Amino acid sequence: MTKDKFKAALKSFGLPRLIIAGFLLLLLIMAPFVGADLPTQISNIINRFSWNGILVLAMVPMVHSGCGLNFGLPLGIISGLLGATLSIEFGFTGPLSFLAAVVIATPFALILGALYGWLLNKIKGGEMMIATYVGFSSVSLMCMMWLILPYHSPNMVWGLSGKGLRTTISLEGYYIGALAKIGQINIGAISIPTGTLLFFALLAFAIWAFLHTKTGTAMTAVGSNPAFARAAGINVDKIRMLSVIMSTWLAAIGILVYEQGFGFIQLYMAPFYMALPAVSAILIGGASVNKATIMNVIVGTILFQGIVTMTPTVMNNMIHMDMSEVIRIIASMGMILFALTRKTEAAK
Amino acid sequence: MNKNTNKKASPNLFNLVQRFSVPLMFILICAVCIPLSGLSANMLINEIVTRMGRNAFLILSLLIPIMAGMGLNFGMTLGAMAAEIALIFVSDWQIVGIPGMVLAAFISIPISVLLGIFCGKILNEAKGREMITSYIMSFFINGIYQLVVLYLMGSVIPIKHGSIKLPRGYGIRNTVSLLSMRQKLDNLLAIQVAGVKIPVLTFIIIALLCLFIVWFSKTKLGQDMRAVGQDMEVARDAGINVERTRIISIVMSTVLAGFGMIIYLQNMGNIATYSAHSQIGMFCIAALLVGGASVDRASIGNVFLGVILFHTMFIVAPKAGAAITGDSMIGEYFRVFVSYAVITLALVMYETNKRRAKSAAGQQLQAAQDAEEAAGKEKA
Repeated sequence: MTKDKFKAALKSFGLPRLIIAGFLLLLLIMAPFVGADLPTQISNIINRFSWNGILVLAMVPMVHSGCGLNFGLPLGIISGLLGATLSIEFGFTGPLSFLAAVVIATPFALILGALYGWLLNKIKGGEMMIATYVGFSSVSLMCMMWLILPYHSPNMVWGLSGKGLRTTISLEGYYIGALAKIGQINIGAISIPTGTLLFFALLAFAIWAFLHTKTGTAMTAVGSNPAFARAAGINVDKIRMLSVIMSTWLAAIGILVYEQGFGFIQLYMAPFYMALPAVSAILIGGASVNKATIMNVIVGTILFQGIVTMTPTVMNNMIHMDMSEVIRIIASMGMILFALTRKTEAAK
Repeated sequence: MNKNTNKKASPNLFNLVQRFSVPLMFILICAVCIPLSGLSANMLINEIVTRMGRNAFLILSLLIPIMAGMGLNFGMTLGAMAAEIALIFVSDWQIVGIPGMVLAAFISIPISVLLGIFCGKILNEAKGREMITSYIMSFFINGIYQLVVLYLMGSVIPIKHGSIKLPRGYGIRNTVSLLSMRQKLDNLLAIQVAGVKIPVLTFIIIALLCLFIVWFSKTKLGQDMRAVGQDMEVARDAGINVERTRIISIVMSTVLAGFGMIIYLQNMGNIATYSAHSQIGMFCIAALLVGGASVDRASIGNVFLGVILFHTMFIVAPKAGAAITGDSMIGEYFRVFVSYAVITLALVMYETNKRRAKSAAGQQLQAAQDAEEAAGKEKA
């Protein structure tokens, strides 16, 4: 009987997930033998987790309401970028500019999220494909806007022509490490960005708590059975709209947190493919197209970022061949493919 | 039900405008941008003819999966990758000109078929979300392609010539020159009409493919595909092997996309090893949609109208953008934006129409049921 249970657990865990977790474990075991510096690696994983956690968390509300994986993440990222650039343009400096960026990004995220949610309500059943292209269109539209919009801050525009934003903007003097430096702990080579982790924990807890409120339960109901939810008197479209707005806002905050860790704002085509790592991270963590928990987010981000940081060093030290990029593509895309082929209730 | 919707749609001008809104919008964009760009008519026509020869075959490869109701085949990239691998081999063996291209086409077939079967099998597991799955599939196979071309070629798979290998001894360079094949197909039988070079042979091949598609849609298999595209359950009840038919449609599309990619690359004259295929799917699909196709309906006419309109926009947008704003990058970004926006718009229109048709069918059923009930009550 225990064997059956084990088998069932294995089945629900999924073979690709097992392979990826095993692969990471193998990398961690091998790291000391091939001469990779383990503490630095672990420190990297923790830091990268803190940068990316909220972007992955942004998947949760939409998955819960049955809108599928949020391939339209770039839309939220655009709102975050608007907040970031406007905060600098308005002359905020230091950690305060982070707060200003969050405040400015919020209305953009709410408006764009509402439009996006309205669109997704019109096309129930085809969300994921259209979300992908909404993301792409918005990124390429903004490529034009970054050139046209009247930004003037000398730290952001091209030096020569004096207009048009640069592709990469340094956050030195602005909100670099705004969260990470709060209560940062350094033990040898390991540095823990306590502030960022706490901020992630706060948002993750807020989402968890929200999903247990009346509205949150309604959201889960809409996702698992829309017909039943409608019969129970839930306004399905409104709940779906709310979930999309939440996802978009989280993506906006997520990119700001990412930037404060990374130290740069990346504009133009940079947000283009940002949805895919986040999507595959939550799937690696055990989520499916219509089911995702906070635990999936945490586990998935650690596993995904673990592979991203570990493979280059271990591979390089072992066979002097940097195949990490290829492995990352195959593993993450394979994971998304696997999730898309699972028979789920989402096909309605 | 189908007849009914047709009847409703036919006399309505508004519906007609809505159906052709994308081509109309493009005609408008082109009409504004052409004078602004300052390109001469001769040059413009020359460019369009070249691009038609280069792209039409690739775009035609999208038609068969649409026939089978599998939507826009983003997995056509798979065929493009197969063709690139074949061309890398052929240029390593130094087989030049037309024979080299024919050989590459033959080598690409087994690779395309294998990839197509794999893709078709996965898509059968993901019915109802074929497009997003084929889209992710193109990324996944791109990873495998990179593994093969960047690491295995030269180390495991024998590649002799240093000119196409990376200096480190394995892996293929970022660009592989196809100088020996460059426009060999286009120049054979080419004629000049009023200063416009017309690659006759390429157009003959494209015309043959069009004839093949017309013929194919009338065969038993073609009819089966249509039936599967209309309704999978009904097709299954009629004794059609739905899964097999769908896989065949994807395999055919992949193989044709491979041939199309060879034509495309011989025109370009070199292979951008790691990026040539990545945009192909997006541009071909955008061009087809610009020609007035939708996710579930596309014809050969859509392909040619689409190539002309889309590529006119593509040629004139940077110049027109520079003329208006003084910055050529804006035009570059504008054409990328338009490509994506067109696909988004077409997908949204398809999904809303599908929902509308569904709810109309539901209402009809409800009305019929009510009538029946009323009749039943009267009897009682």
